[in-house]
Amino acid sequence: MVIFAAPKTKNCMNKKQYETVIILTPVLSEQQMKDAVAGYRGLITDAGGEIIHEENWGLTKLAYPIDKKGTGFYHLFEFTAGPDFIKSWELAFRRDERIMRYLTISLDKWAIEFNQKKRNGEIKSSSESAKERKAAQEALALDTEDDDDDN
Amino acid sequence: MSRESNYIFNQTPQVVQKKKYCRFKKHGIKHIDYKDKDFLLKFINEQGKILPRRITGTSLKFQRKISVAVKRARHLSLLPFVADGLK
Repeated sequence: MVIFAAPKTKNCMNKKQYETVIILTPVLSEQQMKDAVAGYRGLITDAGGEIIHEENWGLTKLAYPIDKKGTGFYHLFEFTAGPDFIKSWELAFRRDERIMRYLTISLDKWAIEFNQKKRNGEIKSSSESAKERKAAQEALALDTEDDDDDN
Repeated sequence: MSRESNYIFNQTPQVVQKKKYCRFKKHGIKHIDYKDKDFLLKFINEQGKILPRRITGTSLKFQRKISVAVKRARHLSLLPFVADGLK
């Protein structure tokens, strides 16, 4: 049975879902940043990958300085690609001076489900839900469940 | 003095502690998002260190995932490696 199962798993391995976050230098203008991102988008599609989702967080404050910069353009790619692609994909980041940081992770089934739900608006990030909760609290003047008691 | 404090210590009624629980198991959360820094803030102390399981009550399975998520967030400068007065 194992022998029959083997090719199936191999097929699944050919295309995996990945997620990459890159931080671009704040030195770039808005247009330059978009051009850089477009370049990397092309890299995925040229390799036969498919972009599932993209997010631009804009100029965001960093928690600690990187390359003596306090801010950076965050951009998120969610895509499918073969495992061989990641090597060249990350090599491109290392060669590029515009990129201060990058992180690529392969998504497991829970992560894929989570991202899908997040896109559909079923799951919200803590800051968003906190804002909503606050608004609801003010509107209804009701005490919501306090999660901070065990910290 | 010491006897007195001892006396008080013995007399204080035992505080019934609420049983800790794993919030991920309770709410059926399967994946921890490393990009959600406000959520991860619940699992680090004000120095930016990851809180132990005995304080947060998280199960081992999810403590591992938290630790990975916090480290990813640190790499992307979403959370600090060292901080003072984070909260």
